[in-house]
Amino acid sequence: MARVNALFGGWTVLVLLFFYAPIGFLVAYSFNDSRLNIVWEGFTLKWYGMLWRDSRLLAALENSLLVAMAATLLSVVIGTAGAWLLHRYRYRGVRTISTLAFIPMVVPEIIMGISLLVFFKTVEVGLGYGTVIIAHTTFCFPFVMAAVQARLAGLDPSLEEAALDLGATPLEAFWHVIVPYLMPAIVSGGLMAFALSMDELIVTYFTSSSASETLPLRIYGMAKVGLNPMINALSTIFIVATIVLLLASEWVKRVRR
Amino acid sequence: MQNHPDTQLEWEFRLAPAPAAPAADAPTSTETMVDLRGVTKSFGSVTAVDNVDLTIRKGEFLTLLGPSGCGKTTLLRLLAGFEIPTSGQILLEGRDVSGVPPYRRDVNQVFQSYAIFPHLSVADNIAFGLKMRHVPANERRERVEEALALVSLAGLGKRRPHELSGGQRQRVALARALVCRPKVLLLDEPLSALDAKLRHAMQLELKQLQRQLGITFVFVTHDQEEALIMSDRIAVIHRGRIDQLGTATDIYHAPASAFTADFIGEANLLDGDIVSSNGVTAHIRLDEGVEVAVRASALRSGSTRALMSIRPEKIYITRTKPAKDNCFKGVIENEIFRGAMDELRIRVAHNLQLMAVVANESAHEHAWHKGDTVYCAIHSDDIVVVEQK
Repeated sequence: MARVNALFGGWTVLVLLFFYAPIGFLVAYSFNDSRLNIVWEGFTLKWYGMLWRDSRLLAALENSLLVAMAATLLSVVIGTAGAWLLHRYRYRGVRTISTLAFIPMVVPEIIMGISLLVFFKTVEVGLGYGTVIIAHTTFCFPFVMAAVQARLAGLDPSLEEAALDLGATPLEAFWHVIVPYLMPAIVSGGLMAFALSMDELIVTYFTSSSASETLPLRIYGMAKVGLNPMINALSTIFIVATIVLLLASEWVKRVRR
Repeated sequence: MQNHPDTQLEWEFRLAPAPAAPAADAPTSTETMVDLRGVTKSFGSVTAVDNVDLTIRKGEFLTLLGPSGCGKTTLLRLLAGFEIPTSGQILLEGRDVSGVPPYRRDVNQVFQSYAIFPHLSVADNIAFGLKMRHVPANERRERVEEALALVSLAGLGKRRPHELSGGQRQRVALARALVCRPKVLLLDEPLSALDAKLRHAMQLELKQLQRQLGITFVFVTHDQEEALIMSDRIAVIHRGRIDQLGTATDIYHAPASAFTADFIGEANLLDGDIVSSNGVTAHIRLDEGVEVAVRASALRSGSTRALMSIRPEKIYITRTKPAKDNCFKGVIENEIFRGAMDELRIRVAHNLQLMAVVANESAHEHAWHKGDTVYCAIHSDDIVVVEQK
């Protein structure tokens, strides 16, 4: 038994190493006092300092935050309303609509990106913040919807009826009773959407203009010129922020009344 | 769910001085509160409520009683406004409310699952209905306090729902509905989730509360004992129709159908041909070959067949032959211990077994035993003719 446990333990360590060693190296080298990634020359924070002096990078960060917040807001509204309507009202084609809503989650990003670009060109919408936000919303809202649907599955239908019975109109019942009930799912889905939007590269590449360049696009641009430790530092910050968001999302999901 | 051992004691203490007895002296007026006229509700090809006419009186405790799937819950949902009748009318104090949504009806419901809003405190739960009706904040506070006191939850307003026991949640649901001062309070099997002791205490308390407030209660249950204990009147629902409407004693002693006789309490149901009548006593030959005597007034002239019901507690068991109208010799085939009572299965004819219930004396030497030869005596008044043709 002990040998089997040791075997499994060893295997787990290997798998984890496989997943996280590259990230570990990247994080470590972001503190390396050398222009080259290969040699360790001592600890430094100068790459982090340089990040704050790169105005183009900061502009990209600002864009990213703006886009992510707008896309999250739209995703939360569309995802929550969609999940509720699909749950609450029975009409023909409910299942088809449900499935269609999740397609953006699985369609390859490059295809999403190209199709959105073609669409925006066809309807003659200039690329910019608006197009990036719309593009991000299309693949972010299904995550909110999925989270909300999961919580709705456990909803006692009497809860809404009790609200109606006590004099709330359907809209008031939704706002005063259903939304608070769904809040953990809405917040967790929203955090997920925010993290996805912040990280997204390919769809953004096709739908943004140079003025609405996001952080991943900027990093990609920098990396094309040549890898430098500033990218490591930036990536480290990014990884930490993403992990924090995902942990927060999980934590919110777990907080049940 | 947390346990609050103190709650039960508190109830017994509160209830001890005035045990509510279900009686006919309830302050029921003859004024009409709700009038259902030919109400039908169909879901696709299924008719859940089938052409029901029912008048609910102001201030009465009416129970809709029936097995699951009989349509009693649909009937309640029609009263609440969650369902709209397929045809027919529902009048509330004379006003047609058939198509009026639940949030515009002066009717409130206590749900089977209680449906307490989990994100609100006890006080905010109770205040919800007042808030929706734009009652000013200070009046709201007063009424919430009043409602809390009414259901013995004073001081628990700040609690969160998950901190409450099942019985306390039930009280919150009750207070939340009552605080709106509804014309009719609908209760959908509200006691089914409570354990037997608590349930009985709650039955008496609910009944007492109803009398004290004078609000019309419409109570749905499948538990016939609960219905007998609490109701001023009972509507027995069977397959979407009202099988019988009457007081508990009416329905128990004079069931109008085989279904009601069988569903309320226990009954020996017997079928037979009417063979003779002298104007006072009629004789009926059961299909099993035994003859019984019943009161002739129970039969319509021209009837040839009758279905009779005999309550098991109306069968007197003796060892020596008594001098009574109906007396059958039989052998105890089975003796079933039921706590306070003993259930006896007595074979009185080749294919006729009667069920009798007697006070439990199994510890005594004169107890009944399997295999004993006994006499079953039944007064002719206790043989109720439920159907005849």
